[in-house]
Amino acid sequence: MLNKINFSRIFLFLILGLFVFYYITPLYVMIVTSLKSMNEIREGNLFSLPSTINFDAWKIAWGGRGEGTSDTFLKPYFFNSLKITIPALIISTLLGAINGYALTKWKFKGANLIFLLFLFGTFIPYQAILLPMARTLGFLGISNSPIGLILVHSVYGLGFTTLFFRNYYVSISDEIVKAAKVDGAGFFKIFFTILLPISLPILVVTIIFQFTQIWNDFLFGVTFSFGEHAPIQVALNNMVLTSASVKYYNVDMAAAIMAALPTLVIYILAGNYFIKGLTAGSVKG
Amino acid sequence: MEWLKKNLPKIVVAPSFAVLLWFVYGFIAWTFYVSLTNSKLLPNYEFWGIHQYIRLWQMPRWHVAVENLFIFTILFIILCIFIGVILSIFLDQKIRSEGFLKTIYLYPMALSFIVTGTAWKWILNPTMGIEKFVNQLGFENFQFDWLVTPGMSIYTIVIAGVWQSSGFIMAIFLAGLRSIDDEVIKAAKVDGASTISIYMKIVLPMMRPVFMSAIVILVHLSIKSYDLVIALTAGGPGISSDMPAVFMTKMAFGRSEIGLASASAIMMFATVSAIIVPYLYSELRREQDVK
Repeated sequence: MLNKINFSRIFLFLILGLFVFYYITPLYVMIVTSLKSMNEIREGNLFSLPSTINFDAWKIAWGGRGEGTSDTFLKPYFFNSLKITIPALIISTLLGAINGYALTKWKFKGANLIFLLFLFGTFIPYQAILLPMARTLGFLGISNSPIGLILVHSVYGLGFTTLFFRNYYVSISDEIVKAAKVDGAGFFKIFFTILLPISLPILVVTIIFQFTQIWNDFLFGVTFSFGEHAPIQVALNNMVLTSASVKYYNVDMAAAIMAALPTLVIYILAGNYFIKGLTAGSVKG
Repeated sequence: MEWLKKNLPKIVVAPSFAVLLWFVYGFIAWTFYVSLTNSKLLPNYEFWGIHQYIRLWQMPRWHVAVENLFIFTILFIILCIFIGVILSIFLDQKIRSEGFLKTIYLYPMALSFIVTGTAWKWILNPTMGIEKFVNQLGFENFQFDWLVTPGMSIYTIVIAGVWQSSGFIMAIFLAGLRSIDDEVIKAAKVDGASTISIYMKIVLPMMRPVFMSAIVILVHLSIKSYDLVIALTAGGPGISSDMPAVFMTKMAFGRSEIGLASASAIMMFATVSAIIVPYLYSELRREQDVK
């Protein structure tokens, strides 16, 4: 009996360990490759360790080689992405909070239908809106600018943020709100003094979700911006796809890690909130 | 003033709702209308019937894209659910290092598809990647060049996609397992059922809604998959790993065929709707029942 239990426990850990290996290997390969010189990459293999730790590839990925116009490096695009991500995430989160509040605590006729329309909107394939969006941005004179991408991300983030707050506020008892209404408190007073102070968990979930979505976006970035206004994922893809005859895999890997670092750091610091956001963003209702 | 007070909630929601109607539903309607016209570089609003859809379904390239979508979706679903179920059940066996393991299984979700594609493109590199490593181990004839082999490159997208998303499916299943009443399992144990048969016969059938959610999420992800294809194969070699999302943007922005591009976008939209509408309907019904 004891032996049987031990055997199945060992099998369990063997499988779990095997998957640790599977998930961690690409990250390991990225890190060691980014620290090698091109000579070492040519001589060794994917998994071989660098003989000396060498940050040259990181410096080039971030700041370039100083070779003039054909030189692509991530620094300016990193800041482009920040300039787009932060305003878009603030706008969509604030609107989502107030929508979620109005749709649950001040239910009016049609509130459920409106929610349903928001919910369905989160599922649409963005290909179905790309062309009219491109025309609209052109019409407004904000195509290929951070403002244009802030607008796009705020608009298409709204469904998710409204959903998050709506589902959170639905689970909060109506009694407190009713009591406050009887006391004569108004719409905004109740929101700011009662609901908002207890909204910290969902606020964190929403902010992390929106940050990850917008930071990791490629489709909107590549469709609505080019050249110096591109966000980081577009710049990374351009760097890797360069038609130059010599490929610098170490620089590519350093750049990929840089593009991933902000979301990775958030994930490591606030993993639980991150997972909650993902689950709430996909499993509706 | 009284009117304002009474209607404040509606007034607050109105701007967002207007944005939603215009930018989501209005835009979809526009795309649908343009798919019924003979628009090339610029929209031409003259009605042309369903010609674009006929053209679309006569194009070999669209058939390649749809076929690839099928291959990708089916493998992506099977592999992600297989891995997700196994890992979640194993993690549910009171493992002390659960938190640590979960962190490792899920971190790929924090990475963008461009980063994922960049990493896997290097690992699968036909001369410098895995192939070289295995060659150096002594298997000199080993070849692994799926990335540049027509007909095989689509599978590299599956490999990278499963790596990125399977941890997330594990998380959904684990949450589902945790919501099952322990008493059910205990009672079955008392009856002498083995752990494997408890999971196969009692626990997994109870998780039907979780399977449904996982499948819907995965289908949805695969229809939308664009970034990963671009980063890993760019649809190549040739057009062999094209997918509908890639096809649409190529037609819209590369070939100036916006009528045709719109038709393909509407096909994608219709497919997603066919899956999401019944799903949302059943989810909302469940929510109502709980109340």
